[in-house]
Amino acid sequence: MNEKENKGGNNDEPNKKFSIWDLPDVPMGQLPPHLQLQKTRVVCKADAPIHTDNISYSGAYASIGVDNSVHLDLFRDNFKVNVIRLTKEDMEFDMIGIDPALANAFRRILISEVPTMAIEKVLIAYNTSVVQDEVLAHRLGLVPLKADPRLFEYLSANDTPNEKNTIVFKLHATCKRGERRTVYSEELKWLPKGSELIKEAGQADSKPTTYTSFTCSQDMLPEFSEDPISPSEDKIILAKLGSKQEIELEAHAVKGLGKTHAKWSPVATAWYRMLPEVLLLEDVEDEVAEELVRRCPDKVFDIEDIGHGKKRATVARPRDCRLCRECVRGEGWEERVELRRVKDHFIFTVESTGVLPPEVLFTEAVKILEEKCERVISELS
Amino acid sequence: MEHGSLNDPSKATFSFVDEDHTLANSVRFCLNQESVPFKLLPIALKKSLLLLCDELTRMRYCCSPRVSVCGYSIPHPSDARVNIRIQTTGDPAREVLKDGCQNLMLMCQHVRGALDKAVADFRMDNPTKMETKSDSE
Repeated sequence: MNEKENKGGNNDEPNKKFSIWDLPDVPMGQLPPHLQLQKTRVVCKADAPIHTDNISYSGAYASIGVDNSVHLDLFRDNFKVNVIRLTKEDMEFDMIGIDPALANAFRRILISEVPTMAIEKVLIAYNTSVVQDEVLAHRLGLVPLKADPRLFEYLSANDTPNEKNTIVFKLHATCKRGERRTVYSEELKWLPKGSELIKEAGQADSKPTTYTSFTCSQDMLPEFSEDPISPSEDKIILAKLGSKQEIELEAHAVKGLGKTHAKWSPVATAWYRMLPEVLLLEDVEDEVAEELVRRCPDKVFDIEDIGHGKKRATVARPRDCRLCRECVRGEGWEERVELRRVKDHFIFTVESTGVLPPEVLFTEAVKILEEKCERVISELS
Repeated sequence: MEHGSLNDPSKATFSFVDEDHTLANSVRFCLNQESVPFKLLPIALKKSLLLLCDELTRMRYCCSPRVSVCGYSIPHPSDARVNIRIQTTGDPAREVLKDGCQNLMLMCQHVRGALDKAVADFRMDNPTKMETKSDSE
């Protein structure tokens, strides 16, 4: 790099060439403000957003002598997580200092690659309801089950179903003559000792076997003895029965991934958005301020009095902005208001279906990405 | 997972089976960030930088990217396969990919630690909110 030699030359002996970095008012090692804006903010104009790509290449600004790489230490210092809301079912938190590639990877893993338990095989003994067998089986599959998938193994095609890879439920509902009733998910009864339906024996004198071979009862495990496995919601409607109709079935649940079928997805959904930034480019006063406050459906703007009866608009709650762009629609508004998004500040929301608490789900998702990297590294070595 | 490489070890295409954008985009991001750390620069260069420059300038001259091209493609969406192309400025592509994955793993571990700490802090500050099942916000 020529500049390096120049600098070396400067300190050793007076030289005719000089480095621009010697000028006192040029900030060293930083980007000029317009490039900084391009790198860190998406500007949302009225018709389309600009500067949406991420300049992540470490040598992107090498020609002006700025290092664009993010060493691990720098990442560790800048990365922050703030939890905004955390309940048993959902979580909203901020991740600051992370790249969209990683944030999207976490979101994708949460939706499709965190394993859960869901009903896969339904053995129907008797069904005289108006709900067809396959429709009922489909509905049963979609019921979220409150069972920790980390305690179970996958069931492959040539494995026998045993207590380590299957959960068995029973449903027996009848309806009395002259009445109608609804069958809810709370009627799914967990059978810790395995299947109770007897298989038709091939030979006449062999021992009767069931569809699963549990060697020990599942409620011997400490996790299940206090907290029995059940659907995570009680009032999910499974079927409706009319007079004298009956359903008797057994359902086997196995471990799977959301990639295979959405019933195995542990989140209702998980999404993120970038932190909105709203700027007033000029002083917005009086009637124009009132109109601005009226236009925004999310109440992002507020009016403040600045004396002499004049009013000015301020940005009070930029985080609530949903980017409806009402404030920049129309003549002249784009010069007054600028909508931006901060590229490395993500507001993540995770809504769990009840399988695992949302913070545990996100931790599992991060672990899964680590495992993928480990697999790649071990394959390459 | 296989790899296809030529006689020149600094340029290679790695083909990952059963992977998709999730891993490929994250690895591509980490590879783009790869640069030669100060410790590994040649000794003469290091000495001159230490003598002549202050901290800020030294950091600036550490920008020596290891990767010149890094990209991924999915040949067909029905096929669960991703091809990652890496062309480096001298180092063998395998090493750079391994270092990139290593960095990604360390970043993930840090993310996990930060999240756990943030959740613990939140719980300490808001002990009553944990009891509510549904949020009224």
